[in-house]
Amino acid sequence: MNPAPSQTFTDGEWHHLHPLTPLLRGGIAFIAILGFVVYNLRDIGIEMIVGGGDGGQPDPLVWLYESEFFWLAVLGVFVGLIVVIVGYYLSWRMNTFRITDEVVEVRSGILFRRNRKGRLDRIQGINIGRPFFARLFGAARLEVNVAGQDANIKLDYLASGAADQLRVDILRLASGTRVAKAVVDLEADAGGPPVARSAAASQLIEARMNKFLAPELDPNLAPPESVVTMNIGRLIGSLLLSGFSIFVLAFIGGIIWGVTATGSLIFLVGLLPALIGTSSYYISRFTRSLRYSIAGTPDGVRIGFGLLSTSNETLPPGRIHSVQVNQPLLWRRAGWWEVKVNRASTSSAKGAAGQQNTTILPVGNLEDVQKVLALVLPDLTDEASAALLHSGLTSKGGDDGFTNSPRRSRVYLWFSWRRNGFALLPGAVLLRQGVIWRQLTIVPQARMQSVALHQGPVFRRLRLASVKLHTVAGPIVPSLGALDSVQAVGFFREIADAAIRSSSTDTSHRWRSGEAPA
Amino acid sequence: MSERIDLPEVEWRRVSPRYVVVDVVGYIVFGLIVTAVPSGIAFATGLDWLWFVAAGLALVFLITIVLTPRRVRAIGYQLRDDDVLFRRGILYQRFVAVPYGRMQLVDINRGPLARALGLSELKFVTAAAATGVVIPGLAEADAEELRDRLVALAESRRAGL
Repeated sequence: MNPAPSQTFTDGEWHHLHPLTPLLRGGIAFIAILGFVVYNLRDIGIEMIVGGGDGGQPDPLVWLYESEFFWLAVLGVFVGLIVVIVGYYLSWRMNTFRITDEVVEVRSGILFRRNRKGRLDRIQGINIGRPFFARLFGAARLEVNVAGQDANIKLDYLASGAADQLRVDILRLASGTRVAKAVVDLEADAGGPPVARSAAASQLIEARMNKFLAPELDPNLAPPESVVTMNIGRLIGSLLLSGFSIFVLAFIGGIIWGVTATGSLIFLVGLLPALIGTSSYYISRFTRSLRYSIAGTPDGVRIGFGLLSTSNETLPPGRIHSVQVNQPLLWRRAGWWEVKVNRASTSSAKGAAGQQNTTILPVGNLEDVQKVLALVLPDLTDEASAALLHSGLTSKGGDDGFTNSPRRSRVYLWFSWRRNGFALLPGAVLLRQGVIWRQLTIVPQARMQSVALHQGPVFRRLRLASVKLHTVAGPIVPSLGALDSVQAVGFFREIADAAIRSSSTDTSHRWRSGEAPA
Repeated sequence: MSERIDLPEVEWRRVSPRYVVVDVVGYIVFGLIVTAVPSGIAFATGLDWLWFVAAGLALVFLITIVLTPRRVRAIGYQLRDDDVLFRRGILYQRFVAVPYGRMQLVDINRGPLARALGLSELKFVTAAAATGVVIPGLAEADAEELRDRLVALAESRRAGL
C-alpha cells in the first residue's frame, strides 16, 4: 500500500491521496463507534458461551439480540456498512490532486464536484500537520496556503515521507528556480532511507517507531546555528507570568474573599470547573509549545511544534508582511519577548500554544529574538542594522538612531514619548513604541501596500501628526502617533518613495529566480 | 493654524464642484431621518426634553452641510510617476500614498444622484484593507479614463504581494 518514496507527485499527472484517508479523517469517532460495538459484542459472546446470566441492565445490543428484529438489524447494519465503505471508497477515488509547473489543483466531491486551483507563485506557506492518530499510521496532512481568507488547498492525508518530499518539490517549483533537481535530491535523503515494499512487518513497525520518536526537526534540514528551540523552564515561566495567570489569581482571591466574608462555602462550587478549565489550558499550551523549533532552510523559515500531534510550517522568503517584537511588563525582569508576524494567508492550523499561527516565537530571550529576526528578515543582519534593532528593543529612548517624539508630546504619551519613534533601514521601516509594554514593529518596505499621514485637531494644536503603514490584515497594525508634524511629513515622503523603490526591485517572492542554471 | 500638515510640492487635482450637491443632498436626507426619530417620539409621548435632542442633531447636521463645500474642496489627488497621492479632510486631515504596483483592482461606483449629475466615484483596492482610498465626484469620462490609466500603470509595475 505504501507508495514508493521515490515516487514524485509533481509530474503534472492526477494522483490519489493516502488510502487510509477516510479512516484518518473519521479518526476518533470511528474508533469510538468501533469500541462501543466491540464492548457490547463481548457481552453477547459471553452470554452465548456461558448462557443465561441475566440481571443487570440489558445493553442496547443485548436487547436487540434477544428481540425478533435481530436479523433485520444485522441486515441493516450490513447494508449500512457497505454504503459507508462504498461511499468512502468513492470519495477517495474522486479526490485527486495534481501539481504542474504553474498550479496546485485539487478535485473532490462525489455529487457536488469541487475544483480548486492555486498558483504556485502565490503560495504564502506550506503546513504539514501530523495529528496523533495519523502519526500512528505514518500519515500527514499537507496544506498549501495562498493569499486570502479560507484560500487553503488541503491534501489530507499523504504518506508522511511523501508529504515532506512534496513540500520540497512545491517550494522548488514556487521559487522560480532554473536549477534542476540537484538541490532536491540532497534534501530527499533527509527523509530517511526508503522502506522497501517487501520489508518484513517487524521492520516496518520499527521504522514507524523511529519516525515517531525522531526529533521534531530533521537535523539535516537546517544548519544548527539557525535553529531556535524552546527552553522548558522559560516556557513554564512565561505561562505563569501571563495575563491569564493574573486573571486566575484574581478569581481565586475573589473566592477566598467570598468564603471568609460571608462564611458560607457556596463560593467553592465554582472552584472545581474553574480548576479543570485552567489546568487544561496550561497543559495544552505547555505540550503544544514543548518541542517548538524555528529554523532557516533554503526555502524559507520553518516553524515546528507539538508533542503528540505535530505540525510544522514553511514560510517562503518574502511572505512576511510585518514583524512585531513585544515585551509585556511581567516578562521584563526575565528579559523575555514574543514575536508575531502579519501574513497574507490564514491557515486552519493553529500555531504553537494554540495561538494563532501568526505568533512565530511564543517566548524567547533577546538572543532568540535576534536569531528569529535574522531568519525572517535576512536583509537586516549587518552590524548597523543589528545595533539599531537592539536599541529598538531595549533602549530607553533618546539619541540612539531613532527619531523620537518631541518633548511636547508628553501630554499625549505620558511615559513613552522618549521612546516613541521611527528609524529607516535599507529595506525596512522600524517603529518603536511603549515603555511599559515595549514593542518594536518592523515592516519590510517591499511589502508595504500604502502609507498614510493623519492629523486631527488636538495633534494640530500640539504640532504633531501620526503615520500609518498599511499591510495585509493581521495582528499587527503598524502605526506611530504623536510625531513632530514636520518630521512626520518627511517620514511620510521617505517611506512612500522607499515603498516604490523596494517593490520594484524586490524579487524575494521568486527567491531562487536569480540562481544561475546548473 | 499654520501648523497644518501639507505637501507643498504637490499640485492637487480637485474633484468636481458638482459633488457638493451630492454630498449636501445626502446629508439632508440622512439628517431628516435622524432628527425625525426623536421628534416623532417627543410628539407622540410629550417628553419635552427630546425636542432639545432633535434640535441638537439638526444643528450638527446644519453645520456639516454648511461646511460641505470646504470639505469637498479639501479632497485632492495627484498621479505621480509611481504612486497615487490622495488627501481629504479639514479638521481630520488624511494623506495616503498608494504605489501603482500595489493596486489589486480599481472600482467605479455611481450612486443614483451622482449618476444624474454625471459623476462617478473611484475606489482603489490593495491587499491592505486599511488603504481605503476613494475619490468621489469625478466626471464619468474622467473616471473611466483614470481607471484605464491606473490599470495600465498597475500592470506595468506589477510586483508580488
